[in-house]
Amino acid sequence: MLDWLQNIGKKSLRGFESTGRAAMFFVAVVRGMDVALIRFRLTLREIYSVGVLSIVIITVSGLFVGMVLGLQGYVNFAKFNAEESLGIFVALSLVRELGPVVTGLLYAGRAGSALTAEIGLMKTTEQLASMEMMAVDPIRRIIAPRFLAGIISMPLLAAIFSAVGIFGGYFVGVGLLGVDSGSYWSQMQANVDFSGDIVNGVIKSVVFGIACNWIALYQGYDAIPTAEGVSRATTKTVVHSALAVLGLDFVLTALMFGDI
Amino acid sequence: MTTRFMEITVGLFVVMGAAALFVLAMNVSNFGSLSSKEGYYLTAYFENIGGLKVRSAITVSGVRVGQVSDIVFDPERLQAKVTIKIDNDHDYFTLDTAASIYTAGLLGEQYIALEPGAEDDTLTDGDEIEFTQSAVVLEEIISKFISNASTS
Repeated sequence: MLDWLQNIGKKSLRGFESTGRAAMFFVAVVRGMDVALIRFRLTLREIYSVGVLSIVIITVSGLFVGMVLGLQGYVNFAKFNAEESLGIFVALSLVRELGPVVTGLLYAGRAGSALTAEIGLMKTTEQLASMEMMAVDPIRRIIAPRFLAGIISMPLLAAIFSAVGIFGGYFVGVGLLGVDSGSYWSQMQANVDFSGDIVNGVIKSVVFGIACNWIALYQGYDAIPTAEGVSRATTKTVVHSALAVLGLDFVLTALMFGDI
Repeated sequence: MTTRFMEITVGLFVVMGAAALFVLAMNVSNFGSLSSKEGYYLTAYFENIGGLKVRSAITVSGVRVGQVSDIVFDPERLQAKVTIKIDNDHDYFTLDTAASIYTAGLLGEQYIALEPGAEDDTLTDGDEIEFTQSAVVLEEIISKFISNASTS
């Protein structure tokens, strides 16, 4: 009985500690952002590794998600003779939800896990410790540029995802299934609001970018410096990021579109 | 990988992202048609606005000339007061213009159709459209139809 209680106590204490460390880490990263901004070249290299290298997976997934939306939407709208609404359906689902969310999930898998493994390995091989020895703050030199790069990349990736997806829906809906091209675009333009839908989608992707990078970098920085520890941290990054993206998406959707 | 190659690809990435946002703004949303045009405001009172919403379209002969900017209930007249914004280049609405709420398609969105009349003077900013026709509520028609059918 007491062992059981002790177990619960230990686990919750560890949870609190970890949350606290994550919060401290976040504050430290935000405060260490100055180097990443002044020496933007450092950030540029990270934008390359998290953003540019993710373009292919984002574009391909966006295209297929858009095509599936076009196909599924058409099948259902055709029952009501409302095929013209396909454009609205594809655009709104992509811009509001699927663009930011799927980009967040893919980002966590493609870039977040790589970040964790990289930082974790740097810790394991004591590169971070040796930087500290040389009076170089690893948070400023290593973590902050990656964090900033992720926040910059995420909205761009989400925008690419949505735009490609809308064209994917266009190919299937207009190209293959014969929806009128004019009504696809005009219905979309009439019903998608710039400030209400597109700006909110961008805000979502920025929030997901912060969440994913925070989790990925924290897990790497906090990893147990062994091979096993790094692998566990990488797994945690993907799981936690996915949960965070989906959970935050619900909260943000409720805040942004809850009253409509 | 040289620094130059990396910087070029990052530049390309940022340009692609910006282009995607631009496409979303101009091609997908109403950003291109919405904010740019100046307009003037008219009001109209309706018994029932049905499913009319803010930003619903205002059309003349099916051509979009503006949008609904505000809908409130006027407690004095016990009617819905709809403020509409007409683009400035459409300044030919006569004093006896009629406004009717129609539905696009069977289940489509509702919009206001304007029909200019025969008078010479035109409506200007802040004027009221006197001749209005409310939205057709499907249930009303059905219930009328049923009561007619049962009495005859």
